[in-house]
Amino acid sequence: MERRSAKGWLYLLPAVAFLGVFLVYPLVDVFVYSFEEGYNSASQSFFGVGPYNYSYVLHDPYFLQALKNTFVLVIITVPLSTGLALLISVGLSSIQKLKDLFQTVYFLPYVTNTLAVGLVFMILFKKTAYTDGLVNLMLHWFGAGPVDFIDGPHWAKMFVLCFYTVWVVMPFKILILTSALASVNQDYYNAARIDGTSRSRIFFRITLPMISPMLFYLIITGFIGAFKAYSDAVAIFGVNLNAAGMNTMVGYVYDMLYGDSGGYPSYASAAAIILFVIVLTITCINLLISRKNVHY
Amino acid sequence: MKVVLQNLTKRFPNRNKKIKEDVVAVSDFSFEIPDGELIGLLGPSGCGKSTTLNLICGLQKPTSGRIFFGEDDVTDLPPENRGVGLVFQNYALYPHLTVRQNILFPLQNLKGAERPSKEEMLRRALEAAKLVQIDTLMDRKPSELSGGQQQRVAIARALVKMPRVLLLDEPLSNLDARLRLQTREEIRRIQRETGITTVFVTHDQEEAMSISDRIVVMKDGVVQQIGRPQDVYDSPVNLFVAKFLGTPPINVFEGEVRGGLLRLGEDAVLKAALPDQKVWVGIRPEGFAPEQAGPLHCELRAVEVMGRDISVVAGHPACAGTAIRAIIRAEDRPDTQVGTVRFALKPHKVFLFHRESEERLAVELS
Ligand SMILES: Nc1ncnc2c1ncn2[C@@H]1O[C@H](COP(=O)(O)OP(=O)(O)O)[C@@H](O)[C@H]1O
Ligand SMILES: [Mg+2]
Repeated sequence: MERRSAKGWLYLLPAVAFLGVFLVYPLVDVFVYSFEEGYNSASQSFFGVGPYNYSYVLHDPYFLQALKNTFVLVIITVPLSTGLALLISVGLSSIQKLKDLFQTVYFLPYVTNTLAVGLVFMILFKKTAYTDGLVNLMLHWFGAGPVDFIDGPHWAKMFVLCFYTVWVVMPFKILILTSALASVNQDYYNAARIDGTSRSRIFFRITLPMISPMLFYLIITGFIGAFKAYSDAVAIFGVNLNAAGMNTMVGYVYDMLYGDSGGYPSYASAAAIILFVIVLTITCINLLISRKNVHY
Repeated sequence: MKVVLQNLTKRFPNRNKKIKEDVVAVSDFSFEIPDGELIGLLGPSGCGKSTTLNLICGLQKPTSGRIFFGEDDVTDLPPENRGVGLVFQNYALYPHLTVRQNILFPLQNLKGAERPSKEEMLRRALEAAKLVQIDTLMDRKPSELSGGQQQRVAIARALVKMPRVLLLDEPLSNLDARLRLQTREEIRRIQRETGITTVFVTHDQEEAMSISDRIVVMKDGVVQQIGRPQDVYDSPVNLFVAKFLGTPPINVFEGEVRGGLLRLGEDAVLKAALPDQKVWVGIRPEGFAPEQAGPLHCELRAVEVMGRDISVVAGHPACAGTAIRAIIRAEDRPDTQVGTVRFALKPHKVFLFHRESEERLAVELS
C-alpha cells in the first residue's frame, strides 16, 4: 500500500511540478505583491507591508467603474446567453431540417476571431460624420432617434458590449446543449408519452434534469468567462477603456501593469486578488446550488 | 381486455439511405389476444417484436391494418389515450427521481376529473409497489437499486395507472441468469394477480415457453406460428420454428425419402408414406433411444452427465450441424470405449420438412 501510493505520486510528479511552477507559485506571488506597498519590479524593492494597495484600488473610481461594468456584464449575459442557447438548442433538436441547415451558420461566430467580430460590431453600431451606421438606420425605420453606441451614453455602450458577448458565446453553448439533448435516451420520452405527460412537464421534469450537468457546466464557465472579459471591450471601444468608461476588471489589471498610466504591479496584484476572490465566491455558490439541482 | 390485431403492417424507409426499398418490420400480422392472457412474442432480434409492441401501444402508427382493444378501434388514438403500460428493456426509469416519484409520475400527469387526490395517488403508488415487493425502497434513486429491483419499479410504474394492456419489451434481458428465472416467475404471478392482458417480448425461447399462455413466433416481420407453448414445440409448422424452440436445439439432418423409407445417409430409420424426395429431418434431443440394433449408426464423441439425464454428443454423416446432441436417461448410458452408438428414433419427436420451402411435411412416421 505504502509503496504503491509512493509510486502513484511519482507518476503525478511532472504534472504537480508543472502546476506548482506555473500556477500555484504565480498565484502566491501575486498574493504577496498585493500586500507590498509601492513594489518596484525593476529594483525589486518596496516600502512596507500592509493593506494599502487594496484600499487604494477600492477607492479608485476607475476600478469601481470596472467592477460595476463587469458585474452588469455578468448578470446580463450569463442568464441571457444560456437561456437563449437552451431555447435555440431545443428548437434545433426538435426540427431535423433546421439541424443540418444551421449547423454551420450558428457555429460561425465561434471560429471567427474575436477582434475581427468586434470590428464588425463596431462598424454596425458606430455613428460617424458620414453615416449613422446600420443599426441606427434600422432604429430610424421604427422612428427611434440615432444613438451613438460606440462613443455615446454609457447604457448604449453597455448594450453593445452585452449584445456582442452574448453573440460570441452562444455558438459554443448551443453546440454543448444540442449534443446534451441528443444524448438523452429516447426511451425516457417514449415512456413519458405513454403516460400522457404534457410537453412543458416533459421539458421541466425530464429534459432539464437530464441535461442539468451540461447546463451547470455552461453556467459556471459562463460566469468565469464573463468575469474575465477584456478583449471584447477592446475590440469595440479601443484600448483606452478607462476614458470610454467601459473598462472591465481584467482590463483594469492590465492597465495598472502596462497601460499608459501603468507601472503599478502592487495595485494590479490587489485588483487581481479581488477578482480572484469574487470568482471563487461565485463559483462556490454555484457549486452549492448545483448540489441540489444537478443530477449526474 | 381483448386485443385484436388486424392485418398490421409497418414499413420503415430504410435507414441506409442508399437503399430505396422500405424495411418491412411487421408484415400482415393478425392475431386475437384473449382477455387476461399472457402472450409471449418470440423471435430473433430484428424480427419486428419491438415494432409490434410500439404499434400496440401507439408510439408508432401502422402503415396499414387496425388495432382493437375490446370493441374500441384504437388505431388512431395517441398512446396516452389507449390505457397501456409499457416496460422498456432498459427500464427507462427517470434517474433523478426517487422510486416513489417514478411510480407517481404517470398519476401526476392525469388532469381534471381523472386526477386522484394526493393521498389517493400515494396510496395507489404504494399499492403498486407492494405488488412488486419494492415498498421498502420508495425513497431510493434508481441508481441505488439492483437490476432486478429497477425492473420491478418499472413494472410498478407501468401498472400504477391500471392499464388495460401491459406490454413488456425484453424485460429480463439485462438481468443475470438467476434473477431472470426469479423475475419471470414474478411477472407471471403479477399478471395472474392483476389479470391484465399482457404481451411479453423476448428473444429467449425458454423464457417465452415457461411463462406464456400462448406464444407467437416471428421471423423477418412475418408471424410463423401461434399456439400454446407445448403445441408449438410438439408440432412446429416449419424448420425455423423447430430450430428456434428447445434447448438443446433440435438436430437437423439432410434426409431422403426413398421407397417409403426415410433415410439418413446409409441408414433407413423410419417408415414414411411420402413420394420419393429429399427432405430436412429435425429430431428433438429427447427423440433418440440407444438400442443395440437401432437403425441410426453414429460415431460417439462424448457423454456429458447432467444429473438425472445425460447428454450424448455424436456424429453422423448426414447431420447438417457439427454434432448431434441427444438427451437420454442415465441408465441408458452408452459405452464410451466402443466409439460408436446406435439409436432408435421416437417417431413423434421426428419432423420432416420440405427441402426448399422448409415447411413441415404432413406425414405419418413409424
Ligand atoms: N425507426 C426505424 N427506421 C427504420 N427501420 C427500423 C426502425 N425501427 C425498426 N426498424 C427495423 O425494423 C426491423 C425490426 O426492428 P425491431 O422491431 O426493433 O426488432 P426486434 O425488436 O424484434 O429486435 C429491423 O430490421 C429494424 O432495423
Ligand atoms: Mg427489440
